[in-house]
Amino acid sequence: MSLHLALEVDGDGADVAALTAHVTAAEAAGFALVTIADSPLPPADGSVRIEAGVRAAYLSRRTTRIGLAPTLHASVTEPFHLATQLASLDHASLGRAAWVVGAESSAAAAATVGEPVLTGSDLRREIADVIDVARQLWDSWEDDAVIRDRATSRFLDPDRVHHVNFTGARFTVSGPLITPRPPQGQVVVIGADTLGVTSRLDIALVDTADTAAGLGELTERTALARADGAALVFADLPSADASLLRHLDGVVDGVRIRVADIPLVTDLLKTRPPAGPTLRDTLGLPRPANQFAVAG
Amino acid sequence: MSRQLHLGVFFTGVGPQLIWTDPAFAAHTHIDTFVRTAQTLERGLFDAFFLGEGLRVRENRGRIHELDVAGRPDAITQLAALAAVTEKIGLVATQNTTYNYPADLARRLASLDVVSGGRAGWNIVTTDNAWTGENFRHGGWLPHERRYERAEAFVATARELWAGQSVDRHTDLIDVTATPTVTGRPVLFQAGDSPGGRELAAKHADVVFSANTDFDKAVAYAADLRERLAKHGRSADSLRILPGAQVIIGDTPAEAAEKAEWLKREQVNGPRAIAFLEQYWGKDLSGYDPDGPLPDVEPAEGELDPSRGTIAIEHRTGKRERIAEWRSWGLSIRELVLRVTPRHNAFIGTPGQIADEWTRYLEAGAVDGFNVVPQQLPGTIDDLVDKLVPALQERGVYRTAYSGSTLREHLDLR
Repeated sequence: MSLHLALEVDGDGADVAALTAHVTAAEAAGFALVTIADSPLPPADGSVRIEAGVRAAYLSRRTTRIGLAPTLHASVTEPFHLATQLASLDHASLGRAAWVVGAESSAAAAATVGEPVLTGSDLRREIADVIDVARQLWDSWEDDAVIRDRATSRFLDPDRVHHVNFTGARFTVSGPLITPRPPQGQVVVIGADTLGVTSRLDIALVDTADTAAGLGELTERTALARADGAALVFADLPSADASLLRHLDGVVDGVRIRVADIPLVTDLLKTRPPAGPTLRDTLGLPRPANQFAVAG
Repeated sequence: MSRQLHLGVFFTGVGPQLIWTDPAFAAHTHIDTFVRTAQTLERGLFDAFFLGEGLRVRENRGRIHELDVAGRPDAITQLAALAAVTEKIGLVATQNTTYNYPADLARRLASLDVVSGGRAGWNIVTTDNAWTGENFRHGGWLPHERRYERAEAFVATARELWAGQSVDRHTDLIDVTATPTVTGRPVLFQAGDSPGGRELAAKHADVVFSANTDFDKAVAYAADLRERLAKHGRSADSLRILPGAQVIIGDTPAEAAEKAEWLKREQVNGPRAIAFLEQYWGKDLSGYDPDGPLPDVEPAEGELDPSRGTIAIEHRTGKRERIAEWRSWGLSIRELVLRVTPRHNAFIGTPGQIADEWTRYLEAGAVDGFNVVPQQLPGTIDDLVDKLVPALQERGVYRTAYSGSTLREHLDLR
């Protein structure tokens, strides 16, 4: 079976040890990445929810091969902080960072940051703008910007560190990022195919129901996501079984499952290729060229 | 037990005080450098490891400033990674109250507190720098004179959320309705030295990270803060004073003095001295000799280039008068820059000399410790832990083991 595996974790409360145990188990089983759910609002049961970026950063030094994909909500964040946090996660994990694009847009979520509620095309535009500015900021330092040239006393080459001067519908960002280019060049961007930004995604997540009709729809939406430019398509499975996974092999590039299904997929995956060292390497995604680099 | 010193390292990670020309200079954005630094400081029983903040890469006349170490990680992300590879040392993030959302930042800080087992700290800074604001949704929105008003409401919001209370606060400076998702009690550090900063410290802070290392100033500062604490109904021992300081250690006094001289010449080298003046002149001065007199050309119209980062408001205007005054001093370009650049006071000497000096500060009640700003990586860190710490321990003014496991416990705060 050639499917990539992603594990979704949420609801782990304040128990960092339990979270670490799940993720190291997934790493040992050959999972490509873990996605970490989040919301600025408390869990319905009133328990604790540690911010996903902080959880991912902590996990970066407790793991060595698995990709780490916190959910950050484009609609209720400062885009500059978001890009810096994800670039820093990529540095801390030596190239294993990814970002699950969140689109929390409820009135309660917007009120936590005092920003207006966005819906429909306004929300889609906002998400697209945040992804675009993050991608520009990750490229704002070229790989060889730091030159440490003692002869001229120059630490960096200012021609290789760029303002992005981004103008979106609702915000502008000058740049450059305060953090040098991430080890992967671009952090891997993951999002649902329903966000309306599929062309900007490295991995499109397509949710599915375990029924004949559900599988037919999945096949159709997978084809659409590929046509829109998503490099990889993962099926998002609330629950998995062996026949479903066999059916999906060859249809999608990977599946995202929940903690309860780790034993099932572990039994099915005997011949995985070794992962890493970066998440892009594991997924077979090339390290992108820098959009600001002058040719030649 | 006699009074004990509390030590931190303020890892700015960028700026002219860091000597990158040193062949031993560590890869300054590599995670391994941060891990090694934090673990070495933990071996040295330090209270805290601090990360600085700067949300825009510095520039000179519209171009990225090329001479200084630049590039740094997001502080909370980096400290959360370090929480996984350290067990005791406090992890303090400098974060400003202008270009953050209160509930979001409070949540990230509390999250760091949880994953580190109670070792998080927040060094609260304010800014109104509109040039930095160009990286954020609302630009330079905050009037200078209201920055502490915003900070006050911001910190109150964070404290309420950390205590598990919902927040509903709406004024022209803050707009937040939030329910807590993570509770915690990060230690609050405050660095501002203006009256507004001192008031914020006296009301909210657990630790002040002051700039007052000169002995007499440190004594006066401590007295002023204690007076303000009393006014807010707080006891004199509810606040720790940890001024920022440079430490330059040699095996002999002569070696330390020689190293200090070398560091100063490196930190204010010729190109840096010229670049400093260019911000005032607004012109290309690269043709001038840094060891010669000040440029004979007149400065450009307009005020000072804001792109060095946050500049105290009294230095933002009146550049022509300032330049006229500088000319009257008759110094070379480099001598002038050495004189006018703000610097953390340096303690220079053998480990024993510095330990004696710090003991004097401690016993006079002028400080509770120091926050050391490194010039060399890893050199400064290794000198502190391997040379200065044993000298302090010999004098009985520094712990020989951690007695607690949280930052609050290290600092002997309730």
